[in-house]
Amino acid sequence: MTDTAHVSTQGGYEGPPVDRPRIQVVPLKGLPVAAVGLAIVVFAIASNNKWALIFSHVVGGGLWTGIDLFVGLVIGPILGRLSIPARAEFSARFMPKMVLIMPTIVTMNLASGFQIARKLGNLTTGSPNHAWLIASFCVVGGMVVVALGILEPANIAVIHEMNKKVPSGERIHRLMNRFIYTAGMLGVMQVATLVIMTRVASR
Amino acid sequence: MSDHTNAPAPVADRPYPPIAWLTTGALGFVVIGGIIMASYSPRVAPLKTATALLVAGAVLLLGAVGLLLRIGEFAWSRFFKVFKWALLAYVIEAGMIEFAFLKDQLRGTSLLIVTLMLVVFATSVPITIAFTTARYADLDED
Repeated sequence: MTDTAHVSTQGGYEGPPVDRPRIQVVPLKGLPVAAVGLAIVVFAIASNNKWALIFSHVVGGGLWTGIDLFVGLVIGPILGRLSIPARAEFSARFMPKMVLIMPTIVTMNLASGFQIARKLGNLTTGSPNHAWLIASFCVVGGMVVVALGILEPANIAVIHEMNKKVPSGERIHRLMNRFIYTAGMLGVMQVATLVIMTRVASR
Repeated sequence: MSDHTNAPAPVADRPYPPIAWLTTGALGFVVIGGIIMASYSPRVAPLKTATALLVAGAVLLLGAVGLLLRIGEFAWSRFFKVFKWALLAYVIEAGMIEFAFLKDQLRGTSLLIVTLMLVVFATSVPITIAFTTARYADLDED
């Protein structure tokens, strides 16, 4: 390992700490990209421009669903089978990017999606899509609680643990397990989102 | 670390009050409230239900803050360091949601309830993140 942590596999000390650069919790280079994403949403809502709203919704939603499915159902199970140092090394590079990407694309998707639903009249009780949208709100609500209440705090705690002189492998293992299980849950919930959204779009 | 078997347990491995569960519960209540408010849009949602959910969320959040303040030995500098940045991020996010509701002409009591729900949202998530991070931090690492 060059720039990653020297991890104590059982929470014990294994040797002198390796001199390594600190992991940036939020990659500063990515902030302008996130700002552009958020600016697109603000423009779309403020202008009520249909194309801008749909662009923001589709880009945010496509990435959100794709990333959740891939991370939850592909990356997660692979991570679960890796050794603790390998998990730690992967996390050091992966988690900071997720900290920035996920809130941005979720905001792009949800804020514009709500406006589109209003604009198309899908929120009115007379709309055939009304019940599907409420189901979608419930799925999204569940995902928000799991992602913001369990997954994201674990992600950030892992990064901080990795920045210690001698990170605890046992603690990283515990926090990563949280990540793996909740990411799997989110992946499964995204399948429901796919069903609902394709159903709404095909009516 | 592990050589000192008689030493007190590291701060990170000590039991803490269920602060993250309470703040996540608060988030859950305001999310349900938000779903109810949004599902009635553009009509006015049943405000009693939404208010009850808001109050439940606020009570859990205040309970979490109360328990947090009673913790003696804690990595407070790490907590506040993470909390302030997370708060900034979630205030921006809550501000965007508020902007969308204002744009949709939400006014009066409904707007007040949504705004207070967003306040609970924008504070509960940073507390959850900061507490989860600080509980595993060493007291002297900052």
